[in-house]
Amino acid sequence: MNIFVCVKQVPDTETKIVPSADGSFIETSSIKWIMNPYDEFAVEQALLIQAANAGSTVTVVRVGSTKDTEALRTAMAMGADDAFLVEANDNLDSYSIAKALKGAIEKSGKKPDIILTGKQAIDDDCLQVPQILATMMEIPSVSVVVGYEGSATDITVKREIEGGAIEVYGVKLPAIIACNKGINTPRYASLPGIMKAKKKPLTTLSLADAGVSEADRRVKYSNFQLPPEKPPGKKFDATDAAKMGGVVKEVVGLLRTEAKVI
Amino acid sequence: MDFNFTPEQLEIKDLAMKFAKNEMMPKAHEYDVKAELPHDILEKAWSLGLVNTCIPAEYGGNGFSAVDSMIITEALAYGCMGMNTAIMANDLALLPIVIGGSDEQKKRFLTPMTEKYKMAAFCLTEPGNGSDAGGIKTTIKEDGDDVVINGNKMWITNAGYADLFVLYGTTDTALKHKGITAVVIEKGTKGIEIGKKEDKMGHRCSDTRGITFNNVRVPKANVLGGLNKGWSIAMKTLDHSRPMVAASAVGGAQCAFDHSVKYAKERVQFNVPIAQHQMIQAMIADMAMKIEASRLLVHKAAWLLDNGLPNTQLASYAKAFAADSCMQIATDAVQIYGGYGYSKEYPVEKIMRDAKLIQIYEGTSQIQRLVIAKEIFSRS
Repeated sequence: MNIFVCVKQVPDTETKIVPSADGSFIETSSIKWIMNPYDEFAVEQALLIQAANAGSTVTVVRVGSTKDTEALRTAMAMGADDAFLVEANDNLDSYSIAKALKGAIEKSGKKPDIILTGKQAIDDDCLQVPQILATMMEIPSVSVVVGYEGSATDITVKREIEGGAIEVYGVKLPAIIACNKGINTPRYASLPGIMKAKKKPLTTLSLADAGVSEADRRVKYSNFQLPPEKPPGKKFDATDAAKMGGVVKEVVGLLRTEAKVI
Repeated sequence: MDFNFTPEQLEIKDLAMKFAKNEMMPKAHEYDVKAELPHDILEKAWSLGLVNTCIPAEYGGNGFSAVDSMIITEALAYGCMGMNTAIMANDLALLPIVIGGSDEQKKRFLTPMTEKYKMAAFCLTEPGNGSDAGGIKTTIKEDGDDVVINGNKMWITNAGYADLFVLYGTTDTALKHKGITAVVIEKGTKGIEIGKKEDKMGHRCSDTRGITFNNVRVPKANVLGGLNKGWSIAMKTLDHSRPMVAASAVGGAQCAFDHSVKYAKERVQFNVPIAQHQMIQAMIADMAMKIEASRLLVHKAAWLLDNGLPNTQLASYAKAFAADSCMQIATDAVQIYGGYGYSKEYPVEKIMRDAKLIQIYEGTSQIQRLVIAKEIFSRS
């Protein structure tokens, strides 16, 4: 099988985010980049599928800046065979990213049997690249997938929906599967794996190579801002039995008038 | 001059830190209380290549440089200094084989360590001899094609679970340093009596015991570098192991520091986070300076080693400075936490107990100063 994984590089969750001076993105100079945590599930699933289907290859694709190729190297250290990087600014919109991913997959010369992604990136939380990519490639997609089984042609996936319920889909490959936590436990990139990854091929493409131009941009970021600081919570003293009635009334009143939740 | 890590070193650091934070830190308190070795965590560390970093590639290792092994040790000690001791003790035991062993001995003793997770123990200290290593009493006597070992060893890390014991003894106590001999003893050899587990202040999960060697007979083929050749092997071993122990001090100190910075921003006194009080700021600044200085000493000592340059003096600088700094930093971390810091429910109390050992093992802070002064005066 030709297995593809789309990964994104995101700021480490412990990073202190600062908007850039012109508001078009965030300050990236001192950011430590990591692989999007949901994409780790996708890489792991790709390696599990590869292990179950002899002769399969796992190709990782990423769109982003070249400064750091951390996510692709990590994926190859985990066991992926080769990687494609489409050089682009990190503040591209979802449509351009999906089109660039499609371009890179086509450039690889391999016809994908399955494409795995994370369900969302933890930086911009757009949750749309897998679906846009599926539409562009005219193949089905299932997102928020927490269970996977099947052959090289037909799979059954479990999808988490609101309220903790599970939907089960039978899917004919090729398809795009967007993975959620719970589908597997990602392996660590071992030290011997890190050493081996150095010798694995990483091909770099430009956005033009991948068939994307500035005209493809649907969204332009212009004013990144930090969210307003949360006001401190209110404390109510209800330790005294005599006060309790009053406190309950006050809380209910505030929930109606201030928080507007009831 | 370049202070940057290579891309591979950055990845090695990331992996080791990820392992320390995800696997070691959440269990550090539990195993400290239970005073048990976390065998599953140690085995997982081994499977990722984080154990036995000194084994050369031609014998199945990853072929790490000394600097690489410092990066790994610092990260693992960040996760738990006690667990790191169990991991690092393998390197301390295997280094004499890497340094003084023949090709045949390396294949026989090192390669199996890369095929399955096994523990190794380094046996130098005795009940009556610690710093005065030249005065060890355990005897190694020739007998035909064998050597026979008799004596007591004390504070031996990994003793209860080791497959391999690397022991320093003497062919003749009157010869002092010139009689020191290093020999490898395999588990199950007749006459090895393992003592009870010691109840220690810190590094409580690591397995520390006394061992009695009672007419233990091994073939001469297990002697490293020949009879009476042990002292130079021991000295070369220290050039690598001391920076490594110093790296563990940096890891412990960094962990205490990170906890302190986080806590100082959360804890409010006099209506402001204590991070805004100058007394706290001074402590945090001192911690940061000492950590960076310690790390630079560790990396320079390892870099000298990787470049084939003498590093004995730097190794002692690194060991003494990093260990003393770690103790100070851990103590200050407890101070910043105040009453909470003194409680076992918060992580810095354990780090303070763990830090103390770093000033003692692999040459006390006082011995390091003697080594440094000797190096200075012998060249001036």
